[in-house]
Amino acid sequence: MVQISRRSLLKTGAAASVLAATGLPLRAEAKRGGTLRLGLAGANTSDTWDGRTHSDTYMIMCAFGAVFDCMTEVSASGELIGELAESWEASADAKTWTFKLRQGVTFHNGKAFGADDVIESLNMHTAEGSKSAAKPIVAAISEIKKVSDHEVVFTLESGNADFPFLLADYHLLMYPAGQIDEAIAKGIGTGMYKVEAFDPGVRTLLSRVDSHYKDGKAGWFDQIEVIAINDASARMNALMTGQVDAVNRVDYKTEALLKANPNVNIFEVTGNRHFTFPMLTALDPFSNLKVRQALKHAINREEMVQKILLGHGSVANDHPIGPANQYYAADLPQNSYDPDKAKALLKEAGLEGLSVDLSASSAAFAGAVDAAQLYQASAKAAGVNINVVQEPADGYWSNVWLKKPWCASYWSGRATEDWMFSSAYASGAPWNDTGWENARFQELLLTARAELDSSKRRDMYTEMQMLCSTNGGSVIPMYANYVDAHSTKLTNSGTIGNSFQMDGSRFIERWWFA
Amino acid sequence: MSSVFRIILQRIALGVLTLFIVSIVIFTAVNMLPGDFAQAILGQAATPEAIAAIRQDLGLDQPPVSRYITWLAGAVQGDLGSSFAQANFASFVGESTGGGEVTVATQIAPRFANTMFLAGVTACIAVPFSIFLGVLAALYRNSAFDKAANVFTLSSISSPEFFLAYVLILFLAVLNPVLPSLSNIYEGMGFGERLQKTLLPALTLTLVVTAHMMRMTRAAIINLLASPYIEMARLKGISPLRVIVRHALPNALAPIINVVALNLAYLITGVVVVEVVFVYPGIGQLFVDGVKNRDIPLVQACCLIFAAAYILLNLTADIMSLLSNPRLRHPK
Repeated sequence: MVQISRRSLLKTGAAASVLAATGLPLRAEAKRGGTLRLGLAGANTSDTWDGRTHSDTYMIMCAFGAVFDCMTEVSASGELIGELAESWEASADAKTWTFKLRQGVTFHNGKAFGADDVIESLNMHTAEGSKSAAKPIVAAISEIKKVSDHEVVFTLESGNADFPFLLADYHLLMYPAGQIDEAIAKGIGTGMYKVEAFDPGVRTLLSRVDSHYKDGKAGWFDQIEVIAINDASARMNALMTGQVDAVNRVDYKTEALLKANPNVNIFEVTGNRHFTFPMLTALDPFSNLKVRQALKHAINREEMVQKILLGHGSVANDHPIGPANQYYAADLPQNSYDPDKAKALLKEAGLEGLSVDLSASSAAFAGAVDAAQLYQASAKAAGVNINVVQEPADGYWSNVWLKKPWCASYWSGRATEDWMFSSAYASGAPWNDTGWENARFQELLLTARAELDSSKRRDMYTEMQMLCSTNGGSVIPMYANYVDAHSTKLTNSGTIGNSFQMDGSRFIERWWFA
Repeated sequence: MSSVFRIILQRIALGVLTLFIVSIVIFTAVNMLPGDFAQAILGQAATPEAIAAIRQDLGLDQPPVSRYITWLAGAVQGDLGSSFAQANFASFVGESTGGGEVTVATQIAPRFANTMFLAGVTACIAVPFSIFLGVLAALYRNSAFDKAANVFTLSSISSPEFFLAYVLILFLAVLNPVLPSLSNIYEGMGFGERLQKTLLPALTLTLVVTAHMMRMTRAAIINLLASPYIEMARLKGISPLRVIVRHALPNALAPIINVVALNLAYLITGVVVVEVVFVYPGIGQLFVDGVKNRDIPLVQACCLIFAAAYILLNLTADIMSLLSNPRLRHPK
């Protein structure tokens, strides 16, 4: 069952006061009722209910988090549970997956949910010319077979032990077969909330369906009003003055004011989002392993977390797997700031007094240029001269990233190790932003993907994280936290999901009025 | 009267010509924006093929002159084109996304109505308020009241709008929660509630535009107070207030109308910052979104509407001041 961890308990004031009063750890009973008003950043007038286009919090919260369902779901504590799928099993080579679907589920328009819906909804992503970010997931399925109305069999091109995890991706929403156009226009899903009004980039009004298969486990509010507030100050104001009950992306600069307000709680989790400085390892001097290692020891990570993230993050270790991943290796030896070691490494490489350009822009992440300048200052002590090149934000991803020898970038992280590594670290991957190629890493990637034994996978993924950390081409100084805030009128089970902002984007389902 | 009619026609023709020139400027400027829509929407995932497909789909591969002519021809017939961002990208997102095509006009209409509502509420407060203040300032000129009114209005016009907005939010929403700081009005909202939500942005805009109108009223009246016919009126023994309201004000109307029109135009075209601060779903927010997405038809349409509002209000001001001045109405 849901456990109250010490950390999350400290973060929910309500639970803490109950605990203080009784001296016993209690879990507040969830209760139904009320209208939740959310003020969210990440809205746009071009928003639609088409899951293939979703990339920002506002629509992810509304569609993935309330109106639609996926096949599987990552719970607040990080386990994989069934959403529209009831159970699943794999063949020994992890190539064939049989999914049993939940029975008696209906869409908001009354249509019954079944195998055809799964097939059509997934095929949307691979249709000719699709630009869905989830296309690689679906493209790796060679065949989807309908066994009965409530059973489908997926045959994958190669074994993938993470396949059920991938189906929890927020793009892979289930639409009613044959009515997908209409469902996208009106927002017809199987979720706990149905659309009452939708004004893109302005406001969304949702109401609770009468009965749902998650009844008793989630979905406590009667109505949800999601207001688009992209301006950070306006969003903080709205929460301070009680016009909304929760907001995402707390503005670090005004955080102290929020903290001083007794009616507001800030909740913060470390997920997989990380900031990177990828080097093109095919080019000199980055082709030299000693140079890469020297640069990893020439950055002061603690300082960067304090000054760029104002403490809202934690130190990373030059590999992309974060605390929200299953096989995150927290106990690897940490690459730390060590100017003498960096100097010695450069001396071994015969490149003392190395001078390199580092391209940065606010497009990479907020504060990227400042981060590059901090790096410049810390590297000076190691005898490395970093020349910070400020690039225009416009066209950064097309003109700088993957093109300039060394630049600033970010990754939101991926739900599974394999997905993250395949996207940006596998040799030949289009987004391999370092061009890094390592035979052992490549071999482990393929073996681990098809391995169903969890402890063997842990060993392999740990070794891969180690390889990235010691040998890889990306300097990854920090994980950036998800910092959101809510009114003290709201409470939850005590566990906050870290797969994405706002309780894994499922705030609407998981919270209630105390 | 026929000469007035001719002057008015002349002004309208000039207005149309101005609008035409402005349309060229808008088109050139928008097309000179760095980056393009295809890259803005695809972001990190842009591949050369996908970009080429989108550009072809939207006609961005055509030469600028022919694109301009197509756009202008459409705009003249009231067709402002289809929004890029809402377009039905059947060719590159796979099957049709349904929901029909979203035209720029259908996107702008509700937002423009909201902006007009805000401008209307502001005008209802600001115009009487500033004229009243101006008349009083002229009446008690150089008194403590006059100086206080000047200092107050001038300091509010000199502060940036967002600062005024936050000051009002601080005093009227945070410290004394009498008004909401969030102006998220929506379709189907009752008039009373809508008015209440609009009040704070309207007050902010009032502070921004008052000084200009009030000072102009004051100056125009003081200017007239030195003229012989006012002296005559005073000698007749009429009270100072009556002198101003009955004798000076009608003759000061022309400059006042001009400055009022200029400020009303500002209320429509200059609200972007205030709308963002108060999350008011007006045309300004839409405009910002459009620029961010490089949604060219939307940006062009917004610019054209802003320009048209400006020209139209100036035209009205011209005509009104013409009509309020007997000498211009009956030229010898």
